[in-house]
Amino acid sequence: MPGVASFSGRGGHGPMDFDAVVLAGGLSKQLYPLVSKELPKALLPVGNKPVLSYTLEMLEANNLTHPHVVVAGEEAASRVRAWISDAFQDRLTARVTAVPEDSGTAEALRAVAHQIRAKDFIVLSGDLVCDVALGAVAAAHCRSTAAATALLCSQPNSSFAAESKDKGKATTAPPVDYIGLTTDGSSLLFCASAADVEHELRIRRSILRAAGQMVLRTDLMDTHLYVFNRVVLDVLEAQPGIASVKRDLLPYLVRTQLSPLPSSVTGPSSGPDDAVSREDSSGSAAGPVASPSLVEALSHPARRGLAGAVRRCGVYLAGPDKFCNRLNSLQQYIEVNREVAGDAVHLTGFPVSSFNNVVHPSVEIGSKTTVGAQCVLGEGVRLGDKCSVKRSVLGKNCRIGANVKIINSVLMAGCVVEDGCHVQNSVVSAGGHLQERASLKDCYVGAAYTVGTGEEHRGESLAKKQ
Amino acid sequence: MDGGSRRGSRQGMDPIVRRVGFVTPGTEPEIPLQQVVLNGPGQSSPAPVIIPPRPIIASSTLSQEINSKTTAALKTVTVDALKNANIEASRVSEDLTLSSSFGGSDRSGGEAVSEVPASLSTVTTMVRQVSIASASVPAGGFAGPSVGLTPAPIAASVSEKAAIGGVKEKPKTTRAERKAIQEAQRAAKAAAQGGGKAPSVKGSVAGGGDEKKGGGKPAEPKTPKATPRREGSLAGSEKKPPVPAVRMQFDDKDRVAKATKKNIVEQTETKNRVELFRHLPQYVHGSQLPSAEAKFFRVQEPGHPHPAVYQVGLRYLTGDIVGANARCVAMLLAFAEMIRDYSTPPQKTLVRDLTAKINSHVQFLTTCRPHAVSMGNAIKLLKTRILKLPGHFTEAEAKKSLIEDIDKFIQEKIVFADKVIVDHAVEKIREGDVVLTHGHSHVVEKILEAAHARGKNFRVVVVDSRPRLEGKALLRRLLQKGLKCTYTHVNGLCYIMQEVDRVFLGAATVLANGVVVSRAGSAATAMVAHAYSVPVLICCETYKFHERVQLDSICSNELGNPEALVDVPGRKELTELQGWDKNDNLQLLNLTYDAMPADYVAMIITELGLIPPTSVPVILREYRKESNALELL
Repeated sequence: MPGVASFSGRGGHGPMDFDAVVLAGGLSKQLYPLVSKELPKALLPVGNKPVLSYTLEMLEANNLTHPHVVVAGEEAASRVRAWISDAFQDRLTARVTAVPEDSGTAEALRAVAHQIRAKDFIVLSGDLVCDVALGAVAAAHCRSTAAATALLCSQPNSSFAAESKDKGKATTAPPVDYIGLTTDGSSLLFCASAADVEHELRIRRSILRAAGQMVLRTDLMDTHLYVFNRVVLDVLEAQPGIASVKRDLLPYLVRTQLSPLPSSVTGPSSGPDDAVSREDSSGSAAGPVASPSLVEALSHPARRGLAGAVRRCGVYLAGPDKFCNRLNSLQQYIEVNREVAGDAVHLTGFPVSSFNNVVHPSVEIGSKTTVGAQCVLGEGVRLGDKCSVKRSVLGKNCRIGANVKIINSVLMAGCVVEDGCHVQNSVVSAGGHLQERASLKDCYVGAAYTVGTGEEHRGESLAKKQ
Repeated sequence: MDGGSRRGSRQGMDPIVRRVGFVTPGTEPEIPLQQVVLNGPGQSSPAPVIIPPRPIIASSTLSQEINSKTTAALKTVTVDALKNANIEASRVSEDLTLSSSFGGSDRSGGEAVSEVPASLSTVTTMVRQVSIASASVPAGGFAGPSVGLTPAPIAASVSEKAAIGGVKEKPKTTRAERKAIQEAQRAAKAAAQGGGKAPSVKGSVAGGGDEKKGGGKPAEPKTPKATPRREGSLAGSEKKPPVPAVRMQFDDKDRVAKATKKNIVEQTETKNRVELFRHLPQYVHGSQLPSAEAKFFRVQEPGHPHPAVYQVGLRYLTGDIVGANARCVAMLLAFAEMIRDYSTPPQKTLVRDLTAKINSHVQFLTTCRPHAVSMGNAIKLLKTRILKLPGHFTEAEAKKSLIEDIDKFIQEKIVFADKVIVDHAVEKIREGDVVLTHGHSHVVEKILEAAHARGKNFRVVVVDSRPRLEGKALLRRLLQKGLKCTYTHVNGLCYIMQEVDRVFLGAATVLANGVVVSRAGSAATAMVAHAYSVPVLICCETYKFHERVQLDSICSNELGNPEALVDVPGRKELTELQGWDKNDNLQLLNLTYDAMPADYVAMIITELGLIPPTSVPVILREYRKESNALELL
């Protein structure tokens, strides 16, 4: 592992010294039956664009044009690679790495650890759709010289919660994270996800003592976007037990932020005495001998974060006006699609019509058919007569017959919906076929599945037998 | 306005320099010199300044006469310095005659000064300071050394009064007349293109209180004809080579618009600014950071600062780096980083291109937060170094030499200087002392820690002030080290001062007239200390000294975030100020610095020794000599 003190080794006036790692996942079990071998999670369309494109576009907008993309599974990796090289031909040079299918996020990170050259790196989940300024998170990280900075946003509880009400409490509540922050909201003092918590929260007394006060919140969502110092790579190596970034690595870092570093990872931030001793050694390298820690020693900022933290865990709280969501469940998939078609339509980059929807110019619309607000209709979609489409996303070349109602749904590319069908709050994967008068409510239909004539489904997952 | 009463009280008091009388081995030659200057020959006790009635002489002849005398007496004063500034000269000479510090030099000032050759140099320095610093505040140069402090416009009006008839009583000015004065002054200010220093206006405003106590100096309604003369002198003095760059006056809309057009950091001026401080920049604090942060990764785009500088800028903006030293070091380190990554573009020379680059980076940092004097001095040094790079140097050599220079500056002027200051200052803490400090100066912190480490038994009083409450951090650190502390706020100052033996304060800058600019609240601390005859010791590295002269905290200051005043920690029910910016009748003022007059300062502890505030010009001169000598190499 190269040392942390790679200050002098940096050549040229490069961009900000940052690497980006996109953990694109593989075949998520949670999203069955939507994902398949042909369609890994990263390529699942959201607003008619693969979800990974949102992440990559965000990176591109921030000049991080050499991201490392880690995909679980060889086949999925090759598909993602092919798609990236096609879609981002001249814009990005992503390096796609495949890891074994059931490996955790931390293992994925280990797989690319040797390729990370920069002092800090951003790790983000490939299924993240958000419009938070990445620069702001990185800036917060740099400013506070934290070892890790997590982006947290307020729990999305908008339309989804309202609509799930009529279904009673059947759907499980979204997973709650218990997050402890300093009073000024700049440092992470505690984190645990609800899944790991049974009856009690174990909070380190030393941390509490150092912080004075802690605010414990459950209304925040971990977006799986982290900025790490490369010190963390050493932690990953030293702790082989860490399997997941969110569930193991972050809690570990938070827990141990007061304990001294292993001797091998002592970074450039050491005492001012060290600055003097380094003067002799690095005389030839023409490096500044006064270390940045001198600034810390001289400065006395208004108290930020934790007193005496060696590896501070910082937090960037996204403002309430920011959109941030992830695809981690089927319901969430519909939710994200709807948001991307609605309030967060600026993320797609599509031109929005005066009716507040996105309709491709090649779309053919039959007579007396209405396309409501917050819809995205892809290229070559053909709608029959007297149809009604509301708050839905229709993929490329979908063919819709007459008298069809599509509400709150996602139809991926190439779906065929025959006359008189009703689709509500459902997802139909690519190539799905709904024969006449079929009715779907709260259903998830796998790729190329055919729903027979007049069939009615409620809250089912339909997929071809493997 | 606090100016009047402050000056009035000061005139009646001894400069504390003599009363305390610290003598350091390093500065021995200067101390007697100062005493000579201050006491004058054969005048042992400093009486309050008494202004003698002026004889009736036509003002032009008077000024010429005195001008010639002054020129003759102070041979070292360059002729051109005075040539363009007849008025200044007359005011200067008048000050010589008026102030008791130059006792016998009235009219026959030449002989008096030449009798005291040692003082000549000091006088020369001061005169030079005057001409350098600001044409409109010539008397300010004498504020430190001389006891009688006469704001410039008063001096001018005195000479005019003399020309008219030498009446001593203050004539009643009607409202219209006062308005006329104001108009004239505004016009003069506008004519000076925003370059005229604010104190010219301020001085005359504050002069009201002065008249009553200062021996009945008459304030004459200014005739309009005085205005062009002042303008002329201003314009003339600006042509002189050592004039510092004209500071931006933020009440000049056109200039502000021009300057902010290219800014990276989005700045919106706040609406409700306090009238008196309109010339200072103040922005809506909320919008700056997000706009700057959003561009974090776009530094490669042309016109964007280097990543290292950019990060420093952001940390200025968020207040992560505060304190003159820390800001200066952070900036220099970032510049070193930038220079290391620098490569001269084709068809350009390193010297010019790098200077331009540094300029644009400084500009960026200034938009993040107005830069401190310490930074200004460091930037100046860096730029001179770039200019003086030997022509035969390759790019790599030049870069290496510059980085080494930066490093040397940090090590010598800051790190080492602090060590020496600590050594000096620890000597001044006696066994059983009660030491008071205000805010959180890291040098003072080091001093207290060092004294504690040396086993001295003393007590510390930490005085704090809203809204920053920086003293709490100091308090925490001191308590961790096991010092005995008392914590109070500024409003408890006069009660606690009774038991205090020493006051140690840090400084943002020390100006040529001995005025110490420090965190707001320090001046009040020093004043109370002065009233209780407690010596005030300022700990300041010499690189923070500046040639400028400043009489008040208004003309040059920094406006903090007014939002900071809105919330009182622990008092959530105090919501009166919520939504203050919606109310047009409400203005909030959060000043960052204030200026304490030299009279309150007993000693300035620098790395060159303990000096009285009156010796600041000497240090500045020597410092300049030294840097000039380096430049010649």
